[in-house]
Amino acid sequence: MMTNHGNRITQGQFSFLPDLTDEQITAQIKYALKNGWAVNVEYTDDPHPRNTYWEMYGMPMFDLKDPAGILMEINDCRKAFPNHYIRVTAFDSTRGVESPKMSYIVNRPKDEPGFGLMRQETNGRSMHYTIVPYATQKPEGERYT
Amino acid sequence: MSAQAQEEQQEGNQEEQKQIEIPDDTPVDLKAEYEASHVQEVLDKLNEDLVGLKPIKTRIAEIASLLLVERVRKKMHLSAETPTLHMCFTGNPGTGKTTVALRMAEILHRLEYIREGHLVAVTRDDLVGQYIGHTAPKTREVIKKAMGGVLFIDEAYYLYRPENERDYGQEAIEILLQIMENNRDDLVVILAGYKDKMDRFFQSNPGMRSRIAHHLDFPDYSADELLAIGKLLLAQQNYRLSSDGEKALTDYIKKRMQQPHFSNARSIRNALDRARLRQANRLFATGKGLSKIDLMTIEAEDILASRVFEGEEDEG
Repeated sequence: MMTNHGNRITQGQFSFLPDLTDEQITAQIKYALKNGWAVNVEYTDDPHPRNTYWEMYGMPMFDLKDPAGILMEINDCRKAFPNHYIRVTAFDSTRGVESPKMSYIVNRPKDEPGFGLMRQETNGRSMHYTIVPYATQKPEGERYT
Repeated sequence: MSAQAQEEQQEGNQEEQKQIEIPDDTPVDLKAEYEASHVQEVLDKLNEDLVGLKPIKTRIAEIASLLLVERVRKKMHLSAETPTLHMCFTGNPGTGKTTVALRMAEILHRLEYIREGHLVAVTRDDLVGQYIGHTAPKTREVIKKAMGGVLFIDEAYYLYRPENERDYGQEAIEILLQIMENNRDDLVVILAGYKDKMDRFFQSNPGMRSRIAHHLDFPDYSADELLAIGKLLLAQQNYRLSSDGEKALTDYIKKRMQQPHFSNARSIRNALDRARLRQANRLFATGKGLSKIDLMTIEAEDILASRVFEGEEDEG
């Protein structure tokens, strides 16, 4: 499921691979810019897979020609949130698409505790199952310190 | 990627470089390198497009050869640092600063000192915000857009307003300084403005001055050069001057140069735009018996109707 070896969460592209190097990130951004997508940097400390809306770091970056500016922003975000999840998304504004075309994690906390399984007994003998990230048992901002 | 991993990789690269020893007598073919970069095409285009400006053209050719040699030296592992490429263009309005900056971006791109070769032209408004905390993101956004290319800051001296110590311009300057130092590989900054005002700007911002490698001063055009520019502009739009028209334009330029708010080539372009307007009006009034040549020719009367000849100031 969402928990696998080392409890690394697997969301977005390349998440089963080892962490991307800066060169690899740059190459991916270059691809996005070549296609005319706007690239954003987002962060969160809630790893739940249904948590789709992450906080945006700075403004979305339109009209960029070169990945260096975005890498600069990623590094700023890493400095500000060294122990958060940070992802890069590329938004395609083509009419009819208007949604992110790429999304991949570029920074994750040192320790990822993973997810716990919650069972809820409901009507009669039936059970409802859900998962809860262990990290979210602490308040926001204190989860990965 | 973690900082440690990055360091390890950098060390690896350095080791790799050390291993490749290049013998001292390796032949260097500068000419082949020069031709491969296609810089000559840009320089030729510069020569064709811009009338006059001899000192600037020589200077740019010099910079181009310096950068070429530097590139070859880098290949031979003789220098590792990227040279400082930030420039300052000073000169009166309409002397071709923006045009030269565009060409400069192309030259730097061909010599692979910048990756994309685009030019982002901005003024104070694009960099400085209106309230506290607004300037930094604004400046950074512009810088991010210019990365991989050239950031051209027109009227750069407006960034610094000594009369208002709470002016946000200072903040923009500080961010620029930082980027100019740390991201030398990513972008080249060209400042432009009047000579005296830029000098004052550098006096109060010595950090800026020391980070700029090349100071280029654009001279004013002479009357002959302005006439040549006028003809070039007309030729580009498939117009031509009649022989009387040429005389009238020569007179016009002489008179216009004496007047205030004269901005060199830009004034000539505006004057010619107005002459085209009058020519169209004249053709319309004449009505019949026109030929293709009439559509192309600017007559003396189109130019002589200008307010300059009545001793008044012309627009622009």
